Amino acid sequence: MKKEEVQSRRKVLPKSPTDIQGLDEITGGGLPKGRPTLVCGGPGCGKTLFAMEFLVRGATEFNEPGVFISFEETEEELTANVASLGFDLDSLRKRKKIWLEHIHVERSEVEQSGEYDLEGLFISIHEAIESIGAKRIVLDTLESLFSGLPNPLILRSELRRLLHWLKKKGVTTVVTAERGDGTLTRQGLEEYVSDCVILLDHRVTDESSIRRLRIVKYRGSTHGTNEYPFLIDEDGFSVLPVTSLGLNYSSSRERISSGIPRLDTMLSGKGYFRGSTVLVSGTAGTGKTSMAAQFVEAACKRGERVLFFTFEESPSQLIRNMRSIGINLEPWEKRGLLQFQATRPTHYGLETHLTTSIKMINKLKPSVVILDPINAFVLGDNQTEVKTMLLRLVDFLKMRGITAFFTSLTSAGDTMENTDVYISSLIDTWLLLRDIEIGGERDRGLYVLKSRGMEHSNQIREFRLTNRGIDLLDVYVGAEGVLTGSARLSQETKDDAEQLLHKQNIERKQFELERKREAMEAQIVMLRSEFEAEESEALKVIEIEKTRNERFAQDKSKMAKSRKADANTKTTGTK
Amino acid sequence: MKIKHEKSKARRSKTSDGSGHRRLVERRKRAVKSGSDKWILRLYVAGQTNKAVTALNNLKLICEEQLKDRYHIEVIDLLKNPKLARDNQILAVPTLVRKLPLPVRNIIGDLSDKERVLVGLDLIERSALLGKQ
Repeated sequence: MKKEEVQSRRKVLPKSPTDIQGLDEITGGGLPKGRPTLVCGGPGCGKTLFAMEFLVRGATEFNEPGVFISFEETEEELTANVASLGFDLDSLRKRKKIWLEHIHVERSEVEQSGEYDLEGLFISIHEAIESIGAKRIVLDTLESLFSGLPNPLILRSELRRLLHWLKKKGVTTVVTAERGDGTLTRQGLEEYVSDCVILLDHRVTDESSIRRLRIVKYRGSTHGTNEYPFLIDEDGFSVLPVTSLGLNYSSSRERISSGIPRLDTMLSGKGYFRGSTVLVSGTAGTGKTSMAAQFVEAACKRGERVLFFTFEESPSQLIRNMRSIGINLEPWEKRGLLQFQATRPTHYGLETHLTTSIKMINKLKPSVVILDPINAFVLGDNQTEVKTMLLRLVDFLKMRGITAFFTSLTSAGDTMENTDVYISSLIDTWLLLRDIEIGGERDRGLYVLKSRGMEHSNQIREFRLTNRGIDLLDVYVGAEGVLTGSARLSQETKDDAEQLLHKQNIERKQFELERKREAMEAQIVMLRSEFEAEESEALKVIEIEKTRNERFAQDKSKMAKSRKADANTKTTGTK
Repeated sequence: MKIKHEKSKARRSKTSDGSGHRRLVERRKRAVKSGSDKWILRLYVAGQTNKAVTALNNLKLICEEQLKDRYHIEVIDLLKNPKLARDNQILAVPTLVRKLPLPVRNIIGDLSDKERVLVGLDLIERSALLGKQ
């Protein structure tokens, strides 16, 4: 969502952008300008850091100087603490962008007699604000005044007055407070700071910690109401409103090679879609990572950047192993096209994994992202969470047109299709690698379980890891069933022998036939000559008979003539 | 700070034999000997507010009664001199600071509770308050 868009739509309430990654998105532009915001949470949840980043970003990005009033840490401590995040407070202080002020509160030093007010604090704050023309102020942690000064009643009304006074001054205030038991803050500060309340939370589930942020209220503005995971790392604070991602990405029609020519052929000749999600699943040792490496190599050869998340192997081990099948990833890594990110899945919680991944992706802007393997995240029965996480990641990658390649280890006992069913709906192209055990050996078979939007082969291929990469071979499909490996080879030789035998048979038969034909023809010739002899004999006899008949007729007519028979009778008689 | 707290506890427990009081008296005597018998009290206020005026009047009364001719009161108006609020870490006003004799003591409020002021200034034992509470 564009920032300008948001701001133009909600002109009603001016906002003070925080420039904290993601926060402005869920608050619709930042914290309420000129009003106090309460940031509360338990110890160590990042309140001080949040406040400090708000100030520093304000000073550096928006030219809004800020005052940091600390009731807990000294100026030196604060400077040292945030230096690791790249905030140079000393220089900002020198340039009058940031004013740090440590106010020391200790109860036992103070005796109270009669009524008092906090005018001294007001004066100090006023001084600080005036001296640098501050637009932002942080009070960290305001509640420590309660432990430092007697008479909470007076203090409460004074704090109310303070916040009101700051509001009137028009400075955007961030007040931090410790989370209380069952309440947002220990001293009920949320009653006074009613404009915006942000709750930070640091939870530990299944031994891994998750930081979450929630906007409890934001008066006069709509805001994201979910709990959003956030991160604190060397770049400071970042909130990732990943739940706001949706299904409105555009899909590329471009195709990219899988790195395995025969596999491309199986995928209607062109390979995967760019920006699609590919899953390779299979049992242990079926070559999932090798397929990933082949794809990585192909991408790097095209000059694309690849981010490789490996959860089970270290990069150097991976590189070494891939070299054995003739895939050398090292040069690509050196050229900066390939970047590894190796973390144990148990290293931190799912949300943190997601947020770090997304941060990395945002920073590196890769074309291809590999996750090897995704089911390393499944610990116990957190499949739903893993699915949600992957869903968000897939959505995120799709929005950016990044091709995702996941591998998934399936356990041998299960039906493979079944094991990954929880993520199958997210996957565009699903390749299955399976073991085929025949004749005392184990071979690998590959087939395309599904591939959205393309005509794909329904054939199983034998998958072989050679020292020149991955090779796909046709499997033997015959009366004996599907055969691979040496079984295929032996079957093929058997077939060849049989074929030869057949061929010889045919040849013999043909030869026999030929001979028969020759015999037959000889017989025909003989018969014909016999027949011809008989025929000529017969013709002769016929000729003789004919001549005899004619002579007999002549003799008869001669006789008639001589007997003076009727001439007319002759004509009729001859008729 | 914790140590101080324990001290005061210790003092409280020792009051039965009066040793705490004796020590206090000795300390005062030492202060007199070293020549710094003068009490320097500083009252921070923010403008001529009711509280400020009340505080100053209360303070004067107490000093006249307890430290006649041995005290000096400085009134500092933070509105006129805002830097001092920060430098001296003054949050609440009015704040009374006992600069001398050492250690420095702070009392906030309009000093209307005389006994608490006396305790704050180490002029009476804290135990005197216990009965009241």
